[in-house]
Amino acid sequence: MIDFGYTLTRDRQLDYDRGDFRFLRIVRAMEPSLDVCIGCGSCTATCSAGHFTGFNIRKLHTLIQRGDNETIKAELKKCMFCGKCQLVCPRGVNLRNLILAMNRAIEQLG
Amino acid sequence: MKREGKKLIWDEYQKEIADDNYFYVRSCVRQNFFPGAEKTFLRYMKELGRNVFENPSHTTCSGIGYHSDIVPFETAMTMVARQFALMSEAGYENFVTSCITSFGLYSEVLETWHHFPEIEEKTRVHLKNATGREFNKPKNLAHASDVTFRLRKEIAKAGKYRLVNQITGNPIRVVEHIGCHYSRMFPSKGVGGAEYPYVLVGMIEEWGGEVIDYPERRHCCGFGFRQYLVKANRGYSISASKKKFDSMKPYKPELILTNCPGCPMFLDRWQYTISEMEGTTYGENSQGIPVMTYEELAGLILGYDPWDLGLQVHQVPVEPLMDKIGIPYDPEKKFLDKDGNFMGKPNSPAFLKFY
Repeated sequence: MIDFGYTLTRDRQLDYDRGDFRFLRIVRAMEPSLDVCIGCGSCTATCSAGHFTGFNIRKLHTLIQRGDNETIKAELKKCMFCGKCQLVCPRGVNLRNLILAMNRAIEQLG
Repeated sequence: MKREGKKLIWDEYQKEIADDNYFYVRSCVRQNFFPGAEKTFLRYMKELGRNVFENPSHTTCSGIGYHSDIVPFETAMTMVARQFALMSEAGYENFVTSCITSFGLYSEVLETWHHFPEIEEKTRVHLKNATGREFNKPKNLAHASDVTFRLRKEIAKAGKYRLVNQITGNPIRVVEHIGCHYSRMFPSKGVGGAEYPYVLVGMIEEWGGEVIDYPERRHCCGFGFRQYLVKANRGYSISASKKKFDSMKPYKPELILTNCPGCPMFLDRWQYTISEMEGTTYGENSQGIPVMTYEELAGLILGYDPWDLGLQVHQVPVEPLMDKIGIPYDPEKKFLDKDGNFMGKPNSPAFLKFY
């Protein structure tokens, strides 16, 4: 490979035709409160793991909607399961169960 | 919608293109990028009985400097006024540009003068003070691809070949790419406007090919002046081209047709660069997708020798396309100059198939 002195930038276009939405369907069935999220970010602001690892639950919500399951798998490992996010959620989303549901969905899909 | 209504709407997307007696202005960069293209235009215009006049005193329009934020607009307008003066002195009224950026700049200047006559007067004073010249504005401003579009039926009639695969009988699958400065700034100045640019599509359809649509069809080629002129920024340029290649690849195009100086340059050269960066090629069997200017394609259709058209300086070899259409060529003469002297042969790329 030749080094030309500049590099290719990864395309950040979201292609919904390439998303894998099986994950979203399983998680939504296990925890329907996922759909009442308003994306305020309170969960992320109070996240214990987020202070040390960059874990971002609001981002996870976006990734599920996009069908980007590979990134979700890597992110989920960072959660400490403290539940503070659930305490501050203004919409009452069962976030701990949501994390559990995501882990179960990963097990199901392999 | 009623068919008559559609026709009426489509009429609004057409532009007037003069039929003869053109004052032709060349591009600064095309003779380096694709050296046979402009010569080929002049050749088929002559063969089709059209009068084209050139003045060797013609200089850059300054568009490349203007779009690189180096040349101020006042200077650019005075440069453009000088080109119009050359046209007026030669007794012509139909101005034809080889370069898309020139076409965009001439359109921009004429539009500015239309809305702000006092700026036109100021430019006339600048030109008179600097050169002693005066000028008339052209009655008709067209890009050379507009003129070729107008003559597309005559070229098809006089042509020896059609864009048809001789083995399968299927039309050649062509992706067309319009230069940004053709009709995006001033939609009414381009055939089909900014929404339905038809200038290259019309040629492809008339010459027997099939136009391929794909998601990033109207995406910029990546040249973008400032994206390329500074080496550190070239990642933006090549990434934009890659976005187009990735988007068009599933549709299996056999040719990319362009009408801008920068677009064929970058769509052609970046295919090599991407292949050397990450081993990706976009055509069949490690080939690239050949990229051509409309003049080169018209030349091929008319049966001109491919090496007279300058196809040997393309980074992506055009031989697979010529084989499909059934155009004969002599591989032994590929790297000989017009006097038969060997020009030297480039090294073979690591991934892109070379002929």
